[in-house]
Amino acid sequence: MKAFTNLYWALDGTTSTTDKVAALREYFAVAAPHDAACALEVLSGGRQLRSVSTGQLRAWASEVTGFPEWLVEECYAHVGDLAETLALVLPEADAPTAPSEAPGLAETMQQTIHDLRGADDDRKREVVTAVWRRLAPRERIVWHKLLTGGLRVGVSRTLVARALAELAGIDQAEMAHRLMGDPPADGEAFSRLLAAEAAVDNRRPYPFLLASPLDRPAPEHVAEDLGDVTAWQAEWKWDGMRAQIVRRGDDAAVWSRGEELINEAFPDIVAAAATLPPGTVLDGEILAVRDGRLLGFTTVSKRAGRKRVTKHVLADMPCVFVAYDLLEADGVDLRSRPLIDRRQRLEAMVPTGFDEVLDGRVMIEAGRLMRSPIVAGTSWPDLAAARQESRARGVEGLMLKRRSSGYASGRTRGDWWKWKVEPLEIDAVLLYAQAGHGRRAGLHSDYTLGVWDGDRLVTIAKAYSGLTDAEIVEIDRIVRATTLEKHGPVRICTPTVVMQLAFEGVSRSTRHKSGVAVRFPRIVRWRRDKHPSEAGTLADLTRMIPSEG
Amino acid sequence: MPAITDADLLRVTDSGLYCERGDFYVDPWRRVPRAVITHAHADHARTGCDRYLCATEGKLVLRTRLGGSAPIDTLRRGERLSINGVTVSLHPAGHLLGSAQVRIEHGGTTWVVTGDYKLHADPTCASFEPVPCDVFVTESTFGLPIYRWQSPDTIAGEINAWWRANRDAGRTSVLLAYALGKAQRLAAMVDPSIGPIVGHGAVMKLVEAYRSSGVRLPPIDRVPPRARRVGDGRALVIAPPSVLGTSWLNLFGESSVAMASGWMTLRGVRRRRGFEKGFAVSDHADFPGLLTAIEATGARRVLATHGFSDALARYLRETKGLDAEVLPTRFSGEATPDAAVAEASDDEAAEEVPSEADA
Repeated sequence: MKAFTNLYWALDGTTSTTDKVAALREYFAVAAPHDAACALEVLSGGRQLRSVSTGQLRAWASEVTGFPEWLVEECYAHVGDLAETLALVLPEADAPTAPSEAPGLAETMQQTIHDLRGADDDRKREVVTAVWRRLAPRERIVWHKLLTGGLRVGVSRTLVARALAELAGIDQAEMAHRLMGDPPADGEAFSRLLAAEAAVDNRRPYPFLLASPLDRPAPEHVAEDLGDVTAWQAEWKWDGMRAQIVRRGDDAAVWSRGEELINEAFPDIVAAAATLPPGTVLDGEILAVRDGRLLGFTTVSKRAGRKRVTKHVLADMPCVFVAYDLLEADGVDLRSRPLIDRRQRLEAMVPTGFDEVLDGRVMIEAGRLMRSPIVAGTSWPDLAAARQESRARGVEGLMLKRRSSGYASGRTRGDWWKWKVEPLEIDAVLLYAQAGHGRRAGLHSDYTLGVWDGDRLVTIAKAYSGLTDAEIVEIDRIVRATTLEKHGPVRICTPTVVMQLAFEGVSRSTRHKSGVAVRFPRIVRWRRDKHPSEAGTLADLTRMIPSEG
Repeated sequence: MPAITDADLLRVTDSGLYCERGDFYVDPWRRVPRAVITHAHADHARTGCDRYLCATEGKLVLRTRLGGSAPIDTLRRGERLSINGVTVSLHPAGHLLGSAQVRIEHGGTTWVVTGDYKLHADPTCASFEPVPCDVFVTESTFGLPIYRWQSPDTIAGEINAWWRANRDAGRTSVLLAYALGKAQRLAAMVDPSIGPIVGHGAVMKLVEAYRSSGVRLPPIDRVPPRARRVGDGRALVIAPPSVLGTSWLNLFGESSVAMASGWMTLRGVRRRRGFEKGFAVSDHADFPGLLTAIEATGARRVLATHGFSDALARYLRETKGLDAEVLPTRFSGEATPDAAVAEASDDEAAEEVPSEADA
């Protein structure tokens, strides 16, 4: 646990990727294999279940310290991070374990976290307070985050793969591939990961190639930056869930980009995948469809969240897999071949499912597996015009892929570009603010914004990003000065601040008082020049809902 | 006008904390005829008053900060002075050289105004002295229980270890700290056998004032004017936070920058400012220190100011049964490291970390 704590703080304390990789390498070089397996699962953001509630932790901290609960809350509002607040408020450890006897990560997690699930409250309290007496504040922070399922480490999978590849003395892409799928379950599996030759898991997907947004999305700049249009393949940018179909042997597996096996949620797609020839891997997107129209990511994610997919759900939210790349055929890895070749073989294998005569209607009757059509265009103006149809088609814009490119691993800039449509925008008023976390701990940096519905302001979105650090500090000051009510870390303030909000779409929703929700809201800029009375209205927003506009 | 009772010997006016019966102010924030100064930080010692009173040890430092020629009267530790029939004396507050608590007595009622104070040992100034009183006006900069300092020896050990590791890697150690008080304390805390200590000009001005006041400090080098490169990666450089992001730091080649401030307790504050390293070392009392100091006075009435005054007053009321409330000065309300900067735009006000605007 000490070694992992040191790793956590080393990763937290630097922004240099070289230093991060070095810290990871050093940790994995000395960690016991079963601890390393456990750490890898934590680092890859594996599913963390909370064993005790944060309410219990606060109550016990109050009992142990003798500080009233309101004072613990006051501290939390200032710190902005509960794990850190509790770590600091608790008394010094009076029963520290000797370093030689300190349990490792795996044992700590088993005994003080996993075993607490299902234990009664007295038992939980006993274990938690005993751990508090054992750990130093910086260890407590990490342990609290593990306990409450809130540990996020600022390290990408690519960096983990790099560190492990260096340690194992193998190629980084090979390590990235080995890391796909479920993390190693035990020490033995971790040791296999580092072996010179790894046994191949039949179901393992390939690392996903991730696209980058264009730096300059104005059509004239795209033409300038990307050059000859014929070097590029244009497709729609689907509003669904990225996935890979791995069809090998007798098996058909569907993997999400988060590398979770999602067969159970998508039996319709698994069934269609089973019809592919063995030794096939497709990269593509799962889309939800109704009456020939795309329903968008929200619906797909609802499907993905179902534990049991009933007939009713299957009928209500039918899904298709739109394939846009062929990574393996006849058991041969095609990733180093140019896209133009892979595309040719894809077209021979997977039928089209979109009726271009009918504005891209999805012909779900024809099957659940279809290929992503190429958006025709012989010039940049053609493609720019096609991009303008995106909202009407229910897609997010265009993808531009270099025809000569191989299928690289991770976010390799230059071959796959996202060319999204310009976002929708509205001016909204800051209504509530909540203290942020991590770098923004103690600052009111999470905003709830609203627009006018007649003479009252109704909330439409929460937004976290888009302002500079200096602006966040300034707004924090305004929030504190204009607070009307405090509810823990949330403050309701007098409406004074107007923000220009960008978003990708508007839909009906019960989540906000306004009855609408906006997708991917983010702040474009602080409109210091605007008074709240000049902010947008609910009517402005409802006009942006496609069917009601 | 109602008669002044000894229960409100001091009250807050537009100009600051005022003793009407004695016709003087304690740490006024506007120009007044007569100012009693707890210590020389800019948010406590404003320029432009006609006449100042401070502790003997603090006179040179105060003169350095104020400049000008306004008369500065002094009192030795515990020496009593009658100002218009009100008895005034000054007692060490342990915050920095010459920092004092102001004891004010009239008609059998005693008030003590702390200014800023700490209980931990500091080789550059006299230690905090508990002074019995009826009404205790206390600072509360770090008045939340999450603020609990490590012992000065432990912190010194951490700073030395960081300095030594940097030296061994050929990297200059740059320690950011307020130029008055903290900088001199740090110089006296660290182990000068590790390498040379270098002071920024703003720090050196006050180092001289400290030395002239009789405080022993290790050798500290100045940065020579028009220098292009200073040191060979072995030095500990002590500088105010305002150097952050300026080319001045380039003088030292490869360096590791750390901030020394009580606010460094919080990870978010350190990360937001982009400090690689932070040492939670403060010249203010931590939460247990505040409680100890309050209890030691025996005061039944406590007025909290500067910082988490709301939380501290409520805690004292509800848990300790004291008659505690917030003293509504311009310094009451929440002291966040960010918001505090706005209040004290002067250079080295107490303990604030620099805002982005300074950096």
